[in-house]
Amino acid sequence: MKDEKKKKIVKSIRINVDKCNGCRACEVVCSAFHSNPKYSSNNPARSRIRVIRDPLADIFVPVYAGEYAVAECAGRDKYTIDGKEYDECAFCRASCPSRDLFKEPDSGLPLKCDMCESDPTLERPLCVEWCLNDALIFEEREVDDEDDVKQEELEIGLESLANKYGIQKLAEIIAKMSESKKG
Amino acid sequence: MRYAETGFNLEIDLTRGNIERVATDPRDTELYLGGLGTNAKILWDRVAPEVDAFSPENLLIFAAGLLCGTPAPGCNRTIVSTISPQTKLMAFSMMGGFWAPELKYAGYDKVILRGKSPKLVYILIHNDKVEIRDASHLSGKGAVETQELLRAELKEPKAQVAAIGLAGENKVFFASIEQGRSSASRGGIGAVMGDKGVKAIVVRGTKDVNMAQPAEYMKLCNDVLKYIKFRNENPIPGVMPILAGLGSPQEMRVHDEKWHTENFMWGNSRHRRKDFWNDDVEKEWTNTMDKARTRLISCYNCPMQCGATISMPGLPTYMMKCFSKLTYTMAAMSNLDFGLKIAQRATEYGVDGFSAPQVMAFALELLENGILTDKDFEGMPTDNDGKFYWLLDRIVRREGIGDILANGTYWAAEQIGNGANAFAHNNIKKHEQLPLKLSMLNPIYFLMYSTGEKINITQIEGQFPQAPWPTMEEREEFVKDWFQVPDDKFKQILLDWEPRGEKSMPLYPTVQMCCDIVDWQERMHYIDDALGMCSGLSSFPLKPPYHIHNYPKFISLGAGIEMDEEKLTNAAKRYRTLVRAINISRGMRRKDEKPPENHWKKRFPELEKELLDTYYKFKGWNNDGIPTKEYLNEMGLGYVAEEFQKRGIYSETESASSKETSTNNETN
Ligand code: SF4
Ligand code: SF4
Repeated sequence: MKDEKKKKIVKSIRINVDKCNGCRACEVVCSAFHSNPKYSSNNPARSRIRVIRDPLADIFVPVYAGEYAVAECAGRDKYTIDGKEYDECAFCRASCPSRDLFKEPDSGLPLKCDMCESDPTLERPLCVEWCLNDALIFEEREVDDEDDVKQEELEIGLESLANKYGIQKLAEIIAKMSESKKG
Repeated sequence: MRYAETGFNLEIDLTRGNIERVATDPRDTELYLGGLGTNAKILWDRVAPEVDAFSPENLLIFAAGLLCGTPAPGCNRTIVSTISPQTKLMAFSMMGGFWAPELKYAGYDKVILRGKSPKLVYILIHNDKVEIRDASHLSGKGAVETQELLRAELKEPKAQVAAIGLAGENKVFFASIEQGRSSASRGGIGAVMGDKGVKAIVVRGTKDVNMAQPAEYMKLCNDVLKYIKFRNENPIPGVMPILAGLGSPQEMRVHDEKWHTENFMWGNSRHRRKDFWNDDVEKEWTNTMDKARTRLISCYNCPMQCGATISMPGLPTYMMKCFSKLTYTMAAMSNLDFGLKIAQRATEYGVDGFSAPQVMAFALELLENGILTDKDFEGMPTDNDGKFYWLLDRIVRREGIGDILANGTYWAAEQIGNGANAFAHNNIKKHEQLPLKLSMLNPIYFLMYSTGEKINITQIEGQFPQAPWPTMEEREEFVKDWFQVPDDKFKQILLDWEPRGEKSMPLYPTVQMCCDIVDWQERMHYIDDALGMCSGLSSFPLKPPYHIHNYPKFISLGAGIEMDEEKLTNAAKRYRTLVRAINISRGMRRKDEKPPENHWKKRFPELEKELLDTYYKFKGWNNDGIPTKEYLNEMGLGYVAEEFQKRGIYSETESASSKETSTNNETN
């Protein structure tokens, strides 16, 4: 038991931009799913996946909404790949003050991909379901649970504290802390 | 609340620079659905028969179909309707791409242009903000170029732009409106846009489109996607590859052009080259296409890949789809490399990919035959490809002979005289047709060619197999899961249909059966054009995902309008009749309803007469093709009957139709 590492499931979407035909079906179904009540409206501007699409430059990149950023970055990035120049911040997933991407169009509230969280859980996120071109592939991977590693680190840290302040003192402080957290 | 549609049209008076947002009547949606249906109603109500294409009173309507902007896959058509300068009848070309859904998200179902702007402008629609803006800096710019320039200068990479090129600005009768990978090009609607002084319409929208019964509607959409997947994995056996799958003809994907190059006509729709396709050609053309094609692309919310981005060495990238891949090549009797290069220029100029090549080949034929002379072509290079570039440049600028040719083959021949009209031989209702010349009359196609009012065969044919299967096993296999038929009798017709013998063409399918088949084929196209559905997923291919049985559900659950098959059929009949009424009031009669004389070598005048007589009756039209009073009243179009009465249309034809008993006397 001790040496058997704990596993956890990581959900990810593999994006193959070469297969994207630029149809934006992923945006359509995402915005419909997240409307309230579910599917009651459709509006790609509310989608949590957006396709950066510049056909003449052969740029087709689906990007998912990530974390909300309070402030914009100090520096910006701009990529050129295979001779194709991508817009500033093109691959960034943040809902950020510097742009209107990944925000509710009327309220400006940030949007974030939640992998179509729902009850019961869907087999696949809907963007993947609707992408018949296989540009979006859903994967569930088992990975080692990082918590095990953290546990070890924590033990080492605590031991050094116990050596320094004595185990009794440490136990008292932890008891007090947990008391106040509960309160 | 309105569902699927927004309930608002934009009315823009270009003469006065006035813009209004006008609420529409939901009862009209119920009667005429949307898109083409309500466009026809507006044109009937507001554009009198005396108004010609380039009159300020002509309207140019850009409509998003009823279901555009909902999640229905492939529902993305913009239906552009106006009066055509070429046919002088109603033109209702459409385009796929991304424009129509964006218009819905901006909060409008239609943009209705009237009047004329004194100077070149573009229209900017960004949700509630609508402006008419100066476009003098875009004058003469290419149609694709204009779209890119506007997106860049407005800093709106997500805006959708419909634009005209030089051809539209100069009112070439076959000028197109270009948008992304699509174009609305038949009937010269780009010329009307140019005449109104509008270079482009830019749309950006971030509002919601609502669904009446969300979960149920979504289920329908999911079923459609599932069926598309099934059909993509299960092409129809025993038919040409181009008919086996879904989508627009997959011209960007395929390399094998044996069928087109050996069955369609070259030059001015004249020469059949039966042994054209060989290994060398195949190698060369495959190489050209592979190098040119960067990616296969689709329209909005559609999993198919009917279009492609094309980059020819040294030329800007452009987008292409369907048969324009071959039209320039074949008209010029050249190769694919030339075809793809000149198509780049033609797309920027914004011309129809069917008419433009034919007009140029027609001009050169007139020169060869001494009807036009070298003087008319002064400055034209001597090499074959060079001649076509030169002619294209003259036409879109309306310079010299180009000014005459810019009116299309019919009008050019009228102007040139001297027997030129024998060379304008491939027209129906003054409009250039597919370059096809066949051996024996096909009664189904005879009816479609004759009575189709979109005047383009691909916009009326579909659904029903073009030829019978030789064996009963194949037929049984096909009808087994043919649930799209409106009635099981169509299955029986197909089962009984033989390639030879008693039950073969032209006598079988019988006249009555032909009427049923054509009526079904046409109806599905009309429904698509009202809903904004791509015919590539509906009326055009065999066994499509959208059909008469699921469409009523899409309308009820999506738009919240109670619908069943009968009500939908009646609505389609109603606005189909309205299209005809507009054309009848503009003088179209039975005499105009005929295929090009040389379309088939072997004709059957009596059968053709019987076909037309029966079909007219079946449709509720009199013997001159005019909808009868009784039929109009039955369709709730009493107001049309009254107008016909007032204009003396019935009395005129009662005497005329007895004289003009057959259109076919002339065709033999
Ligand atoms: S659905 Fe797939 S193919 Fe279509 S835009 Fe999204 S990622 Fe690209
Ligand atoms: S089937 Fe083809 S033409 Fe039709 S909407 Fe899809 S991509 Fe466009």
